[in-house]
Amino acid sequence: MTTDLQTPASPAPSVSLWRQAARTLLADKGSMTALAVLCIIVLACLLAPLYAHYVAHTDAFASNVAGSIVLNGHEVDIMQPNDNPLHLGLSPIGPTGHTAYLLGADSQGRDIAARLLYGGRNSLMISACAAVLCLFLSTLVGVTAGYFGGITDSILSRLMDIMWAVPVYLFAISLSIITVRHGLQIGPFTIEADNLLIPIIIIALVYVPYAARPVRGRVMVLRQAEFVTAARCLGVPQWRVLLFDILPNVLITLVVLGPLLMALSLLAESALSFLSLGVQAPAASWGTMIQDGEGLIYSRPVVAIAPGLAIVFVVLALNILGDGLRDALDIRNATRRSR
Amino acid sequence: MAVNFPHSTSQPLLEVKDLCVSIPSYGRSVALIEHISFTLREREILGLVGESGSGKSVTATAIMGLLDTPGLKITGSVRFRGQELVGLSARKMRAIRGRDIAMIFQDPMTAFTPVYTVGWQIDEQIMAHERLSRKQARERTVQLLAEMGVPDPTRTANRYPHQLSGGLRQRAVIAMALSCNPTLLIADEPTTALDVTVQAQILELISTLRDTHGSSVLLITHDMGVVAETCDSVMVLYSGRIAETGLAEALFAHPRHPYTTALLNSIPPFYGERPHRLPAIAGTPPAPHERPAGCAFSPRCHDAQTICSTIPPLSPAGNGQQAACFFSTSGQQEH
Amino acid sequence: MLSAFLRRVGQTLIVLFGISVLVFLVFFATPGADPTARIAGRNASPQTMEKVRHEYGFDRPLPFQYATMMKKLFITRDLTSYANRGEQVVPEIIQAAPVTLSLVCGSAVIWLIVSVAMGTLAAAMKGSWVDRTLIMLGLVGISMPVFWLGQVANLISLSRYHDTWLFSWVPGPGYVPLTQNPLAWFKALVIPWCVLAVMFIGIYSRILRADLVALAQEDFMRTARAKGLSPARILVFHGLRTSAITYVSLFGLDFAQLLGGGALLTEVVFGLPGVGRLTYQALTNLDLPLIMATVMYSATFVVLANAVVDILYILLDPRVRDGR
Repeated sequence: MTTDLQTPASPAPSVSLWRQAARTLLADKGSMTALAVLCIIVLACLLAPLYAHYVAHTDAFASNVAGSIVLNGHEVDIMQPNDNPLHLGLSPIGPTGHTAYLLGADSQGRDIAARLLYGGRNSLMISACAAVLCLFLSTLVGVTAGYFGGITDSILSRLMDIMWAVPVYLFAISLSIITVRHGLQIGPFTIEADNLLIPIIIIALVYVPYAARPVRGRVMVLRQAEFVTAARCLGVPQWRVLLFDILPNVLITLVVLGPLLMALSLLAESALSFLSLGVQAPAASWGTMIQDGEGLIYSRPVVAIAPGLAIVFVVLALNILGDGLRDALDIRNATRRSR
Repeated sequence: MAVNFPHSTSQPLLEVKDLCVSIPSYGRSVALIEHISFTLREREILGLVGESGSGKSVTATAIMGLLDTPGLKITGSVRFRGQELVGLSARKMRAIRGRDIAMIFQDPMTAFTPVYTVGWQIDEQIMAHERLSRKQARERTVQLLAEMGVPDPTRTANRYPHQLSGGLRQRAVIAMALSCNPTLLIADEPTTALDVTVQAQILELISTLRDTHGSSVLLITHDMGVVAETCDSVMVLYSGRIAETGLAEALFAHPRHPYTTALLNSIPPFYGERPHRLPAIAGTPPAPHERPAGCAFSPRCHDAQTICSTIPPLSPAGNGQQAACFFSTSGQQEH
Repeated sequence: MLSAFLRRVGQTLIVLFGISVLVFLVFFATPGADPTARIAGRNASPQTMEKVRHEYGFDRPLPFQYATMMKKLFITRDLTSYANRGEQVVPEIIQAAPVTLSLVCGSAVIWLIVSVAMGTLAAAMKGSWVDRTLIMLGLVGISMPVFWLGQVANLISLSRYHDTWLFSWVPGPGYVPLTQNPLAWFKALVIPWCVLAVMFIGIYSRILRADLVALAQEDFMRTARAKGLSPARILVFHGLRTSAITYVSLFGLDFAQLLGGGALLTEVVFGLPGVGRLTYQALTNLDLPLIMATVMYSATFVVLANAVVDILYILLDPRVRDGR
């Protein structure tokens, strides 16, 4: 349309593109709220070792079934008789409204609020690392396939198709069950079964086809772009073209994919942990906490609901942020505008 | 002033007065077109000429009521057979669109929805405006396609857009536009996307429409040659404003605005020795948001003077022509 | 047409072969531990280990192992689970299949209807508060772990609000075959259907909205408006019909993935004895043959669904019909 504001075609996304995107993003209230929520949750979880103990006065990992706490001057058992008519069995204490056992205890008598923070550390760390690793692998695959094309592309694309045909969670479950008892041994390196690297690697691996496809598509478009042809005609070595012309443009795709991948990874991690295939006891994650709460869902729903809500908040924030980034950096929009 | 158009009665079909379209951008309002006024009579073919970005398409889509960008402001008046179109309710506008005013778009490749047959889409328009059965609609579709010179129209109607050549597709687009016998046809660069040979055929087809279908045509183009071949009168737009209007013959013989002169100079002459290089107009037209104060053409005009920093009014320049240039009457363009 | 068809069949076969190799490698060649121990399960006796090693040919080269595996899966279908009292795997899966089918089909109907309604409405009212609300709802939908949502649904319908008129009809977890009691079948599945559908409603309404909004920029949509058609007709006949191409292709794949065991978490939370829960039980017993079989079958499903989608594509998109 005639509203086009002519912008000169630039070879690599210039600083102004990023700056403009940042400005758009800063003006987007939704994205900024999401970012703020995300920062608060991440900081609260990452800094847990610095303050959680002083606030909660319990160990988030040690079982505390026989223990008791003092509330309003009364000593209260952490495991209490059930409210059912026969008072059979014991239920952990519910939310206390005090800093100790703020959200009550789980079936092992551990402080849920404190575990939420430590579990969040693991969940966030795994999902962030998995997202980064996945982006790295996808860039490798996508750029190779997209830039070299031909046979290389056919083989890699077919391989991605094959991997993508296996349902993501089933694929992750298969890999997990193989490694859950004996860990992973690659040449001289051994990764123990309870190492957090294992879920990271598995989750990163299963999402490679998901992320490699857009990267490949972007590279294919770029390879045909005039500035790349020009650079190649001028005899610029291939590695320079890749490094200075292709990669900076691919970066846009990666930045948009990042939060979405982290959201997917967090959900995958919680699912694996829920199935006892992710984070291994005594370490916690939000997924293992939901599993812990499954048996208590009718008597102490908070045990499962709290970590679930934490997941929902973080994933929602990541998705909103991802949408905001996509709109701010919208590649399709940019090309349409320049036409 | 009384001008006799060769093919038209003097009854005005479309009267556009002071049409302005503006869009908010970074806190201020940027005018896409300003004070566009013209009259189109029955059976007249009016050429709307200008470079890309001069506001031709905005003018046409504004008349059609197809501008719906949020924040867009349309002022002025568009009277179609006496009925005001600016501010008309969406429902009433819909009844006029496609039935009384039809539009042909630039690219026939993308004008049809890819998943339906061409015939289905023409039937759809007929049935949207007239109470006809699908069978009756199809009969008319086939007849229209035949009139547009489409070979084997029955079979072509059952084909998908991607199965037709560009020329055939544009004929189908025109058939669709004419399907409800519109009195006004707006053709937005109908030949730009076509081969040169096909271009000539399509133009020929459009110029016969007023005899076969009694339609007036608003022909949008950037090609002065096309205007010379088909149009009765011309309106030259520059950067959202009228530069010059007049009857085609008079305007071609004696352009009164330096921009028109420059446009005409950039066409190779039919007769005589061809210049070694065709003169081009130096510079580019200003974008709507960076239009200079005063005459928008002045930065590119050889004869610009201090007075050009105020906006020149559109004033009569003899011979039924009107031009927005302070020097239009002094005849200094005829160097 | 025929050559295109044959090429498609050939491609399908190659992908199927690739998947079988991939699954085989994951289960038998992942570095770490002896596959014999994995197959035999926890605390297997030396005799069992020896039997497994011989049966699967773990003392022979990899290609032979692969061939043995495929024979057991598809030809003799006598893959035996060692962890689980020596039950045969294939009949178990066939027995569980109707449950999964019931769950996935019902859920698909819900997600199809709701996502189309939501996506279309949001696109039609682009920029309004309705649009923003629907976008937000979709985002919340894709942000919830399905197993957690299932627990919450159970909590609400079976405990907290079970005594109110709204949820008093909800039966406890479990499954009733359709042939036995259609009403009970329906009651048992309504909530699982909705829970499973939530995420897909989110995904698909977002995809559809984005697609419709992008389509609105297309020339043919402008032509449709210039024809004087009503906005509803333009949206449905020109927008939705064109978007259906993308929608159907994605729908087919997700549907197949769910049928192949992707609904595992939902089945576990609601105690539905489908293929997914079978896999889950196998997980807790570290019953490798069963897991491998389900993964293999689900991948097969997906590939076949892919082929079906391609055929649908041909029906939906005339451009593909002519081989472009």
